[in-house]
Amino acid sequence: MDIKLALKKRILILDGAMGTMIQRYNLDEEDFRGERFKNHKSSLKGNNDLLSITRPDIIETIHKEYLAAGADILETNTFSSTSIAQDDYNLSEIAYELNYESAKIAKTAADEFTRANPEKPRWVAGSVGPTNKTASLSPDVNDPGFRAVSFNDLVKAYKEQIKGLVEGGSDVLLIETVFDTLNAKAALFAAQDYFDDGGRTVPVMVSGTITDASGRTLSGQTTEAFLVSVSHVDLLSIGLNCALGAKQLRPYLQILAKESTFAVSAHPNAGLPNEFGAYDQTPESMKNEVEVFLKEGLLNILGGCCGTTPEHIKQLALLAEKYQPRKGSEEKIPV
Amino acid sequence: MSENNFTYKPLRLSGLEPLYVTPNANFVNIGERTNVTGSRKFLRLIREDKYEEALDVALDQVRGGAQVIDVNMDEAMIDGKAAMVKFLHLMASEPEIARIPVMIDSSKWEIIEAGLQCIQGKGIVNSISLKEGEEQFLEQARLIKKYGAAVVVMAFDEDGQADNYHRRIEICERSYKLLTEVADFPAEDIIFDPNIFPVATGMEEHRRNALDYFEATAWIKQHLHGAKVSGGVSNVSFSFRGNNKVREAMHAAFLYHAIKHGMDMGIVNPTMLEVYDEIPDDLLERVEDVLLDRREDATERLLDFAETVKNDKREDKKAEEWRSGTVEERLSHALVKGIIDHIEEDTEEAYQKLGRPLLVIEGPLMDGMNIVGDLFGSGKMFLPQVVKSARVMKRAVAYLTPYLEAEKKANPDQKPKAKILLATVKGDVHDIGKNIVSVVLACNNFDVVDLGVMVPAEKILQAAIDEKVDAIGLSGLITPSLDEMVHVAKEMERSGFDMPLLIGGATTSRIHTAVKIDPHYSGIVTHVLDASRCVSVCSNALSDERKDEFKQNLKEEYAKARADHASKKQIKKYISYEEAILNAERQDWEAYETPQPNKIGTFVFNDLNLEELIPYIDWTPFFSAWMLKGKFPQILNHEVVGVEASKLYSDAQDMLAEVIENRGLKAHGVVGIYPAIRTAADTVSVMDESGKPHFDFEFLRQQGQKGKGLPNLSLADFISPSEAGKTDYIGGFAVTAGDGIEDLIKEYELDDYKQIMIKALADRLAEAFAEYLHEKVRKEIWGYAVGESFENEELIKEKYIGIRPAPGYPACPDHTEKIKLFDWLKVPENTGITLTESMAMYPTAAVSGYYFSHPESRYFGLGKIERDQVEEYAKRKGWNIETAEKWLAPNLNYDPEKLVIQN
Repeated sequence: MDIKLALKKRILILDGAMGTMIQRYNLDEEDFRGERFKNHKSSLKGNNDLLSITRPDIIETIHKEYLAAGADILETNTFSSTSIAQDDYNLSEIAYELNYESAKIAKTAADEFTRANPEKPRWVAGSVGPTNKTASLSPDVNDPGFRAVSFNDLVKAYKEQIKGLVEGGSDVLLIETVFDTLNAKAALFAAQDYFDDGGRTVPVMVSGTITDASGRTLSGQTTEAFLVSVSHVDLLSIGLNCALGAKQLRPYLQILAKESTFAVSAHPNAGLPNEFGAYDQTPESMKNEVEVFLKEGLLNILGGCCGTTPEHIKQLALLAEKYQPRKGSEEKIPV
Repeated sequence: MSENNFTYKPLRLSGLEPLYVTPNANFVNIGERTNVTGSRKFLRLIREDKYEEALDVALDQVRGGAQVIDVNMDEAMIDGKAAMVKFLHLMASEPEIARIPVMIDSSKWEIIEAGLQCIQGKGIVNSISLKEGEEQFLEQARLIKKYGAAVVVMAFDEDGQADNYHRRIEICERSYKLLTEVADFPAEDIIFDPNIFPVATGMEEHRRNALDYFEATAWIKQHLHGAKVSGGVSNVSFSFRGNNKVREAMHAAFLYHAIKHGMDMGIVNPTMLEVYDEIPDDLLERVEDVLLDRREDATERLLDFAETVKNDKREDKKAEEWRSGTVEERLSHALVKGIIDHIEEDTEEAYQKLGRPLLVIEGPLMDGMNIVGDLFGSGKMFLPQVVKSARVMKRAVAYLTPYLEAEKKANPDQKPKAKILLATVKGDVHDIGKNIVSVVLACNNFDVVDLGVMVPAEKILQAAIDEKVDAIGLSGLITPSLDEMVHVAKEMERSGFDMPLLIGGATTSRIHTAVKIDPHYSGIVTHVLDASRCVSVCSNALSDERKDEFKQNLKEEYAKARADHASKKQIKKYISYEEAILNAERQDWEAYETPQPNKIGTFVFNDLNLEELIPYIDWTPFFSAWMLKGKFPQILNHEVVGVEASKLYSDAQDMLAEVIENRGLKAHGVVGIYPAIRTAADTVSVMDESGKPHFDFEFLRQQGQKGKGLPNLSLADFISPSEAGKTDYIGGFAVTAGDGIEDLIKEYELDDYKQIMIKALADRLAEAFAEYLHEKVRKEIWGYAVGESFENEELIKEKYIGIRPAPGYPACPDHTEKIKLFDWLKVPENTGITLTESMAMYPTAAVSGYYFSHPESRYFGLGKIERDQVEEYAKRKGWNIETAEKWLAPNLNYDPEKLVIQN
């Protein structure tokens, strides 16, 4: 089934956090290394994306837990799978493989569930993260003109990632946790480049991150400016994720719901981190916060980011059944 | 995509904030000074690699009201691509500039593409055209779309630039079809530039240039749905270069007609623009004859007329002319132009005519002041002009006062205007800013109750009740005033006040207001950044319809600011005071020879000749006191404020000459140089002439975590430690140029302009005195830099060896060390300067500080400090912790009220 058609009918559920679930396994360095990277020169612990190659069983299990909880869309385990982000682990050269394998694991799991229940088809969203560098901010306060990464470097890395994700079977791309819009624009450029070159064209979702109560991205844009800046591509959806809990996200989602001609998505954190940096919002409490804006009809796609688990997604999925999705974009074009 | 052909989608652009160009929106003004082909100054800055100053040019544009900023680096002598990238990167780091969308302006594709790769928002490419054929045109359009920008399309094709109506619409239509049908470019992102060419050139074929542009604009808007129209306006008046009167009128009339025909945006120099309604009828008629090609002899007639209005001649003629208008017109003219000569006779005439004084004030006088307020609010008038207008207003009101009194007696219940109480808080004596606010408010129909300086909270509250004021404005310049403002806010809350509280002054800030003041007062609390904001703030805060919303928005904004502040605090890392001491700056004291002063002791300079100080004056801050931003002397030729800055400068010179001649101001100063050694990490022991310990100066040390190799500085690091076994020296000084200022202020009682002027000048003279004395110390008294020779410019940049930091300023923020300094050098006896309870110096035109001579000595900011240092410091000062926290409040990295003591 076409995802665009499904979006008109109901609120689609995106899965929850991958990192939070991986933490439950208490993995050590050897798990991350596996047989293949036994002798790799640098430490690999914490490179969650690598588990798609060294412990695919874990990634598959987590995907299936989310599918069982009711997720319609799975995110691939590729948040940091660009050559730029993998450079931290000296693993730039396996970027394509990481994306391809991760997409394949997710696709296989999703297809299994779709076959079991064709009434509820499942999709795979290739997760494209922000990388660990910003194209429009200088990391050095004394040299505001300096940039740690160029637009062209980003396009190159993103294009490789996107090729891996699409060829591995992703149904859509999700450019997410956008804290610097110029990075996202590079990812959008790379996606268009890949499609122009004859790659399979898939819908693109974009999800930004409002860093704090100022209502702006890390690179300083307001929610509305962010929307304008990525609207040159005919997106499947625009939304917000990470940094904030559902309650804090609401005013910015209202802006998107009002101004966007695309579907609107949200995958908030499980509240704000506590003093130890952990997320402890219960599924019940998150559900209550989310319900406020489902009632307002702000969303087409709903999921979870940091700290959310299959229990959270299950609550959200049950909740979403009770509400209508945000009205189609045709009716939202401002006069 | 384009089934909806008949809905005009807005053009949506963005910087850090969105900008929508809709059919109903106002004309969008594109800033054009950041263009090397259009601004010689900008070109020079780029060529000389002065990017910081170049950035100021961009900032001026934004502050001047530009909604889009055009950047052009097309110059043979510079690497255009590198310059574009560097400048866009720097612009991105300046939030005030980055707020608005960028227009990347180049005729070179590689520069355009490099620019597109730098902007996170949705900008505009300026420009592409069919000049090199369809293939290149389409390829560039596709790439622009892929990068996500709008585009300016020039009416230019393979055969050249469109120079008549038909070519214009033909090329635009062809471009539009190719873009929308072949390249799938969104129609609303297309902006046509149908070429603005000069008129009145004497050439027959140029006669319809403006008209063709207007008509082509209307045709585009009607037929090419969604497309926008832009253009560079100053071209049209090219043949009248040198005659600004005519050019300004032409620009205004051209814009008026172009906008009526559908022009959406364009490049307009705001200083080269007359107000359409203000163009004299005879000139307007001739200009429009030319623009609209209404007469055969239109060009000749305008040329002839232009001769008679050539700038100066016209001023003279105008000067006589305005006297022949009606009395209302004359009053309005006098107010707008700040002409005081005839104000009393005109006011009397208006009184005779209207019969009641209030009708004069609320009629012609307020009408005139409303024009001034509007022009100021929209950036078309500058502060010195407004203050002159206010002087005229005050004079007129003073003239009417006897009539008013008489009428009040006869008629006791009249509805009052909104009344604002202004005061500089207890312990502070600085009032230039407050006086400017007072003038600006008075100009905008507010009654102002000005309580002056050093006003305690009780007096403010009592006066607010007695005078039935509608709002209170607090001002202050020194840091302890911040605490006093918090105190006033708490007192207002305790006494059940609910009127708005306005906070202003150089050390106040939005964040301080949000974090420290707002939580203590349930009424409106608002920080007013500068005098230009006070009117809108007061009108909003006091409007029955808007105040609730205004209050709610403010309270929310400040709550957010507090949350931000709280979250930011955790980011910067601090080290313990102990570790900070270990990371002190180490000088090689072994090898260092402390410079032996020529003279030791205290030296008094009584009634110094002011003329000696003139070469040492740094004029730049003088202009910023008047809210004119720019460096001296360049500011005198500044494109926007140059004219006003020059007038102001010339008035300042006149007053300076007068003050010197009449000895209206006197300058006194004192210097001391004495032996000193560092006896503890941050303690410097000062000795008397004989070498006996006299007292200790206490300093503070930076506690922010530093990068590798960078020290945690304290001023004490620049004085030799006792272990080194050498005698070092420290100096101190205090100067004032404010003796006599009170009499002058009294003399200028009815003249705010002169009052502000004399205060600003006295401040400059005091600073110049400090500079003068420091040089004397370096070359003669201490004499460690006998051979030095610097120009004033270099002095201002502090190129010399040694520093003179002042207690209360960033390197040593504890104001109370001034007490020791004042005792040490007997400052009150020697100079007449006294200290208030908040450690402000009076007269305000005064400077004091330490002298350090060590070659490594330099200015720095202490930044925030932790409680461990505060405790230690309190011990050294003999204070309890609360006293230390009070005086060091702005530097605490913790909130003493919320601190939980942990083990």
